[in-house]
Amino acid sequence: MPTLKELVTRKEPLTGGHRACAGCGAPIIVKQVLMASKDPVVVVSATGCLEVVTTIFPYTAWKVPFLHNAFENSAATCSGIEAAYKSLKRQGKVKTDHINFVAFGGDGGTYDIGFQSLSGAMERGHDMLYVCYNNEAYMNTGIQRSSATPKGAATTTAPAGKVIPGKLQFPKNLTEIMVAHDLPYVAQSAVGFWRDLTLKAEKAFSKRGPKFLNVLQPCRLGWDYKPEDTCNLGRLAADTCVWPLYEVENGKYTLTYTPKTKKPVVEFLKVQGRFRHLFKPGNEAIIESIQKEVDRRWEVLQKKCG
Amino acid sequence: MPVLARTGNEAMAEAMRQINPDVVAAYPISPATEVVMIFSKFVADGLVDTEFVAVESEHSAMSACVGAASAGCRVMTGTSSQGLQLMSEILPIASALRQPIVLCEVNRALSGPINIHCDHSDTMAVRDFGWLQIFSENAQEAYDSVLQMIKIVEDVKVRLPGMVTTDGFIISHCMEKIETLEDAEVKTYLGEHKKMNSTLDLTKPITLGSLDLQDYYFEHRMPMAQAMIEAKEVILKVGQEFGAKYGRPYGLLEKYKLDDAEVAIVAMGSTCGTARVVIDELREKGIKAGMLKLRVFRPFPAAEVAEVLAGVKSIAVLDRSDSLSSQGGPLYTEVRSALYDAKTKPVLSNYIYGLGGREINLEDLRQIFSEQKSNQSGKIVYFGVRE
Repeated sequence: MPTLKELVTRKEPLTGGHRACAGCGAPIIVKQVLMASKDPVVVVSATGCLEVVTTIFPYTAWKVPFLHNAFENSAATCSGIEAAYKSLKRQGKVKTDHINFVAFGGDGGTYDIGFQSLSGAMERGHDMLYVCYNNEAYMNTGIQRSSATPKGAATTTAPAGKVIPGKLQFPKNLTEIMVAHDLPYVAQSAVGFWRDLTLKAEKAFSKRGPKFLNVLQPCRLGWDYKPEDTCNLGRLAADTCVWPLYEVENGKYTLTYTPKTKKPVVEFLKVQGRFRHLFKPGNEAIIESIQKEVDRRWEVLQKKCG
Repeated sequence: MPVLARTGNEAMAEAMRQINPDVVAAYPISPATEVVMIFSKFVADGLVDTEFVAVESEHSAMSACVGAASAGCRVMTGTSSQGLQLMSEILPIASALRQPIVLCEVNRALSGPINIHCDHSDTMAVRDFGWLQIFSENAQEAYDSVLQMIKIVEDVKVRLPGMVTTDGFIISHCMEKIETLEDAEVKTYLGEHKKMNSTLDLTKPITLGSLDLQDYYFEHRMPMAQAMIEAKEVILKVGQEFGAKYGRPYGLLEKYKLDDAEVAIVAMGSTCGTARVVIDELREKGIKAGMLKLRVFRPFPAAEVAEVLAGVKSIAVLDRSDSLSSQGGPLYTEVRSALYDAKTKPVLSNYIYGLGGREINLEDLRQIFSEQKSNQSGKIVYFGVRE
């Protein structure tokens, strides 16, 4: 694990001056993940905020090779580049010893529309890292619900109305689905934990084969909070166990962060506009059900971590 | 030259083996499955250097092809019908990123109703995606055209992807005698793949697939249109050179007894073989019958079509697909448009035939020729369909 002092001397893969919103967590994830790589990186991104804010022609924020193909296929596209590298290496046409191939996708491009592409690429065993920057909704198109959106959150396609109080379902547990792919490394991290994320990225890069990182990315627009609170929101998600930080290395579960005192989920919910309606009289049961489900998932995870 | 007995699928797979692409990403679908099945065996037996990516869908097949091609590789795939449709989101991205991917396409009807047999509706559905499209009359042409397509798409004037098509089952599964080139000949003929920009070039990192808004999108689409225009000459040059070297010349189209013809058909693919027999018969009876076989549908050789059809009194355009536009099939509307400026306009009719693999035989073609005597221009016939 490099020290912060060492990290700042590494070449940045992404310049500042891109068009992300003030307080956006996505570029933080990209920088922390890619700067953990000692080997050269080649990046593929799904359509979404990250691609939009970093590549508006004729400008680019990328200082490393970058390819954007479409929305649902960053994993398949990345698997194609990795296959090309393998082939050219075998034929002696490429000399570079090792390249880390990294595919990025938002939760929409990962949990939903790109789910099949991701599963296929992981099953085929390509030497690549897939990173989901999970901001829990389709933020690029204007905050629509995805299967990563938490229960109770208001989105523009699951709005808080007079009859329906936002999203009715709990989020899909994609990290566990990726664990079920029996990958050498799967982990969950969050913006606000630079050491945790850097370490996990470094660990992922140290392994050959398919790896998956699911990183919670607070979104100031979609979650509705002040831009300066992005890292605080990430930390609050971990402290309430809404988003536990853990890793699964060759099947072995380890919690990488245990909150000193587990905070009630209300602490996480009350600071975000997307949950505002839950605090109106009559919606107490929804908050209760969220707390219950968070507790249940946390217990299951703790058991797995032994 | 080796003389072999091969089906259309085997012929295409054999061409792929000799091309020895760096990467092939593919998914099974009838009737194209064999192409990649046979090719996977070549991979398993170590006969090629190819990295074969057995993806989980055609969408991922084309996505992986774009990824691999962006790395500066020679990349191929094969598919048919619904598979081509599932790829269709990525097909225009492949052409816009100017990736010279070559696709072996086996023409099959589109669902629904589901049908696995030949018509051209799958290929026609993607005709405006910036891919070159070459149709084959038989396995020999499929083999030759796959080799030529590599050369055509990699030409700096073109740099667009291309598909070579055979007719499902009629060509893909029928065994024919084909002449192939020696492996070493193919290697020399194609040469090394010249990569342009590469996502694997770490010294000169590129950003590919940028968001392109109102201020640049149009400027990036225009060169694609220009490349399609220039592709015509490249296809001609490659086809003629191939002929000079190996004795089988190719053009954009082929005239069969067309020069003095009074009545003619325009057709593509396997039907052209059947039509030759009927035209010979009619000629023996003193009827001046002929055929324009169109080999290249994209780019559409409009000027050449107009030139060779000048003077023919009555022409039936045979479409093995329907555009459901109420204006006839796609080949018909292209031919009709090509003839707009012709000095003497022929009586031009459209026969939509053979959908879903419905057979077209000698008697059918005799009937189409005989109907030309009384056809009105603009007549659209759904040939042989039961009421």
